Amino acid sequence: MPAAISERPGRSRAAGTVGSILLQMFLILFAFVQIYPLVWLAFFSLKDNSEIFSGEVLGPPRKFLWTNYARALSEGNVLTYFLNSVLVTAATIVLVLILSAMSAYAIARMKWKLSNATMTLILLGMMVPIHSALLPLFMVLRNLNLLNTYWALIIPYVAFGLPVAVYIIASFFKSVPREMEESAVMDGCGVYRAFFFIILPLVRPALATVAIFTFISAWNELMFAVTFINDTEYQTLTVGMMSMVGTYITHWGVVGAGLMIATIPTIIIYLLLNKQVQQSMIAGAVKG
Amino acid sequence: MDKVFSNKRDIAVFVGPTLLLFVAIVLVPIFVSSYYSLLDWNGIGRGEFIGLDNYIEMFTSSRALNSMKNSLLFAAASVFLQLPVSLLLALILASSIKGEGFYRTVYFIPVLISTVVIAQLWSKIYNADYGMLNTLLKTVGLPELARDWLGRRETALVASFIPILWQYVGYHMLLMYAGAKSIPSEIIEAAKIDGASRVRTALSVIIPLMKPVLKVSLVFSVIGALKIFDLIYVLTGGGPFFVTEVPSTLMYTTIFDTFRYGYGSAISVFIIVECLVFTIVINKLFRTE
Repeated sequence: MPAAISERPGRSRAAGTVGSILLQMFLILFAFVQIYPLVWLAFFSLKDNSEIFSGEVLGPPRKFLWTNYARALSEGNVLTYFLNSVLVTAATIVLVLILSAMSAYAIARMKWKLSNATMTLILLGMMVPIHSALLPLFMVLRNLNLLNTYWALIIPYVAFGLPVAVYIIASFFKSVPREMEESAVMDGCGVYRAFFFIILPLVRPALATVAIFTFISAWNELMFAVTFINDTEYQTLTVGMMSMVGTYITHWGVVGAGLMIATIPTIIIYLLLNKQVQQSMIAGAVKG
Repeated sequence: MDKVFSNKRDIAVFVGPTLLLFVAIVLVPIFVSSYYSLLDWNGIGRGEFIGLDNYIEMFTSSRALNSMKNSLLFAAASVFLQLPVSLLLALILASSIKGEGFYRTVYFIPVLISTVVIAQLWSKIYNADYGMLNTLLKTVGLPELARDWLGRRETALVASFIPILWQYVGYHMLLMYAGAKSIPSEIIEAAKIDGASRVRTALSVIIPLMKPVLKVSLVFSVIGALKIFDLIYVLTGGGPFFVTEVPSTLMYTTIFDTFRYGYGSAISVFIIVECLVFTIVINKLFRTE
């Protein structure tokens, strides 16, 4: 796994001023290319149609039309989609954390014959694309009458989120000294208490990594969401956005506001924890 | 002590639920899909066993072959256009340039945003009448270049490649950056003392040492392209006239729009096998070198 992100101390001799100015210009230009489409989205989410369709689509809005956001949230159902996404994502994260921490612990620490085989199996699972499960899961969920429920998303998200999570936490367990839990057990504390009160607090950084990674993938998932849910009441943001865009096809401002609302939580988390988010995405890079 | 850590019941409690979910939801469906792929079945009643007919149809249908060609072109575009840009950015940022952290943070932002949002955003960028691209072209005096980018056969495929290349440049940049940063600074210092220029150091010292991370990036960009669904599904739905169709969107419409469950499953099996084969081949390539 690639090492942590850390800045090396800057070099003292500037290698050619002209060269480094050109380099900075290139980097700034590229930053502009990466960020301007999103700024443009923020701009048109605050405009009304007359402004957009009069050819003034590129610049900032003349006056900020916050009613677009209000319309998206209420009429456009975005509030419902948003709350559904929050609920599904939160449940997925909690379940992934509990299950992966427990099984990673059993694999890394407990003594049983099949522990290595189990790890290999789970590692293989990281390569399985969700495409393979789409139709079989659809059939099972339909037969169990679970389509159009939150579980139809939470269960598959957890199952497909587990392999990377187990891998990340199990690797972390290997760096935690055994003495801690051994002495705890020696003092008469059972495996369960040792796990929840001594071990889990020690692997907090790995849990944070897994939580962030799981958040990004569950929040943004589309294929399962569009297949297993068609009732507006249970739709998450990704699917909801699609139906909203269909309804408000000529109201760019409202659509833009909806897209902004879907994006803002991720951006806030990223602004608050950008190094941790980056590290978590690097750690998650074991998934194929 | 060993007794405490090898209690069978405790182990079952710790690992059981994960294993159960994993086997039931991730592993078993692969076999179920493989079985479905041998059926002629519309999802109602029992399917009829037709052997490999679905696979034969897949490899002889021009629509399916075109979707495979598109995903391979996509993979090639990622490898030969996106990864070099990512590598260049990663090397520049890893060389302790001013604003390193800022640029890294900014380049990475699109990666975190839902592909659905990205696709909707780009469909507005490409909009024929009011889109950003055509407006820009008119502003700089090139109105004859403005067109309906996603609506025309000639431009739709390239236009649908660009958003995903744009979105994930920052992802590979970050992976490669972390790889470059993990090279011990003594090695780079030594090259410098030997009189190697920055470019020379990058080419003959840093890049060879980045091999493990380059492999990861290569696998991800290829597999990601072969699996691509969200962007195409939202941006073009495979149209116009199937020119932007990829195996995943073809699988989806085959199953859920035309109710050919067997044929759709054959496409899903093809996607799994294709991903597996490419992963193994890339890993082999990097091992023998």
